[in-house]
Amino acid sequence: MNRSFVYTENMTVGYDGKALIRDIRLSLEKGQILTLIGPNGAGKSTILKSIIRQLKLVDGAVFLDQKSMEKMSDKEISRKLAVVMTGRMQPELMTCEDIVGTGRYPYTGVLGILSAEDHEKVRSAMELVHAWDLKDRDFSAVSDGQRQRILLARAICQEPEVIVLDEPTSFLDIRHKLELLSILKEMVRKQHVAVLMSLHELDLAQKVSDLVICVHGDRIERCGVPEEIFTDEYIRQLYGVTAGSYNASFGCLEMEPARGKPEVFVIAGGGSGIPVFRQLQRQGIPFATGVLQENDVDYQVAKALAAKVVTERPFEEISEEHYQEAVELMRSCKKVILAVSGFGSMNRRNEELKKEAEKLGILEA
Amino acid sequence: MIRTALLTCIDWSNMKKRGKIRYIFSFVSLAVLLAVLIFWNINAGSVSVSIGDVFRILFRREGDETARNIIWSIRLPRILAALILGGALSVSGFLLQTFFNNPIAGPFVLGISSGAKLTVALTMIFLLGKGLTAGSAVMILAAFVGSLISMGFVLLVSRKVRNMSMLVICGVMIGYICSAVTDFVVTFADDSNIVNLHNWSQGSFSGMNWNNVFLMAVVVFIALVLAFFLSKPMNAYQLGEAYARNMGVNISRFRVELILLSSVLSACVTAFAGPISFVGIAVPQLMKNLLKTAKPILVIPACFLGGAVFCLFCDLIARTVFSPTELSISSVTAVFGAPVVLYVMINRKRG
Repeated sequence: MNRSFVYTENMTVGYDGKALIRDIRLSLEKGQILTLIGPNGAGKSTILKSIIRQLKLVDGAVFLDQKSMEKMSDKEISRKLAVVMTGRMQPELMTCEDIVGTGRYPYTGVLGILSAEDHEKVRSAMELVHAWDLKDRDFSAVSDGQRQRILLARAICQEPEVIVLDEPTSFLDIRHKLELLSILKEMVRKQHVAVLMSLHELDLAQKVSDLVICVHGDRIERCGVPEEIFTDEYIRQLYGVTAGSYNASFGCLEMEPARGKPEVFVIAGGGSGIPVFRQLQRQGIPFATGVLQENDVDYQVAKALAAKVVTERPFEEISEEHYQEAVELMRSCKKVILAVSGFGSMNRRNEELKKEAEKLGILEA
Repeated sequence: MIRTALLTCIDWSNMKKRGKIRYIFSFVSLAVLLAVLIFWNINAGSVSVSIGDVFRILFRREGDETARNIIWSIRLPRILAALILGGALSVSGFLLQTFFNNPIAGPFVLGISSGAKLTVALTMIFLLGKGLTAGSAVMILAAFVGSLISMGFVLLVSRKVRNMSMLVICGVMIGYICSAVTDFVVTFADDSNIVNLHNWSQGSFSGMNWNNVFLMAVVVFIALVLAFFLSKPMNAYQLGEAYARNMGVNISRFRVELILLSSVLSACVTAFAGPISFVGIAVPQLMKNLLKTAKPILVIPACFLGGAVFCLFCDLIARTVFSPTELSISSVTAVFGAPVVLYVMINRKRG
């Protein structure tokens, strides 16, 4: 059979037999990362919980390594699939090492006593997530981020072929977010593990995923490679963004711009404008900027934050028409800020813009 | 590089050793306490027997006829019953706490003991009415059925309430209903044997014979061994259902096993000694704090030993403090057990 390592057939998930999301078809090969994205409450966790059999499927089936998971024993699955879930748990009097050690359970005997080899695996898994120093700490006393890393170590210890993670980065600081995803990437690359997870951070999802599935409402709205999914327009629609915007190229969020008649004109370019734009946005001052080529890095932020942007086609010198437009706009502003520090052949006309501002006496010193 | 590796290695083995020392120390002290309490119990009572005589009677079966009789047919069966049933009760409590993921669950507070009490009382009265006396096995069976029925109610409630205090309150209510019905039935049953029944429904280790002891030993031993072999899935279950399933635990089968075992254990106790309060909560708590771990593989044996020690101690007090008047065992266990429960609840709130 030439099927994926994990795939679903007409999977319908929900609670108590009531269908929530219908006809989910996803397939994942070993060595791939598949990420579920979508707004809060869209059902990402429900899908994951159904795949790991915490919830009963309403309809359809999940196949793992060519076998229907319904027909597999718990033990058989436990050696192939490991989970990292978000649910709060308060195990009493268990050290972090104990928690990680439970990952070895599918491989231990009747009484679950760990062998020296198991202990070694626990240790290397904890070292991999930089949590070995937490080994003797009580699990209920460590921070959320540490907890998350311990749970990842537990899953790694289980030596799975698939790891399912429900929002694994949610409580982590940036260092540990990046670390966790790097560890996953490495496992995918070296051990050919398949990763199925849900993520809130779109920027990270975009960078780390091989495949992305968008859960929206009662269906899978889209499924594809990150390049197809992460467009400004689609993300805005998927999340129903009303204030601010999402920039797909940078994978970053921008706040709602100050609207109204521009009060300040910024002569920007080459990234010099970004801090100025942000400052003006924070102060709630509507501003205009130009002339920016559409391939200028400043343009990416300007289009989200500026009340008006005068643009030029990529790689083109500034045309007379756009120059005049900018001058017109500048005249209507009370102040001009010169952000750019130098002029070259491409933005020669912006230097003229600066001189014009000086002449008008509105160029900020 | 090698040095640090070596250092961490030493550190690691040290750590393991510290844990092991604690475990060994705990088990040894429990065993010593148990031995001391057994001898003290043999020794103490309305007829006092000197230590030397106790040894002679126990190991050489010689000495004064009366003393020998008292020890061999009254005190020893009672001591063994307290030991076995006390242990069974605390293990049953620990199983329930694991099941409900609730540190104050136990056969008494969840009304399971009272359910067993009710069915045992009904069975006894029914059989007495027919002019039969109920055998121990029948009593255990009746108690087991009663335990399962009230357990069924508790499970129904637990599907609706997620809050642990609410679950316990519901259990207490179920317990009260069962006790009330038992009292009602006992009051209106007309037989002289009812006096006996009344004593039993208050909880007591008195009036045990060797047959009783033998039967309870067999039942409890089997249940205990089975429970011990559940320690692996129990440990996984302590991390929550999702993780336990992920570790290969068949959740529904495991839950049934847990319920059946805890019911058998607490039913056995109720059938022989009536309902005994707080042992099921207090002892597992104390043991977990003593061992500083909740690993079932260690806690289950510790619970058995601890429960035996606790009940022997309480029975000693019940027998001797206001001698010749005997206190009901539940009053004594409540005095020592309830504060532990309070302590747990207060500490939970803070954490």
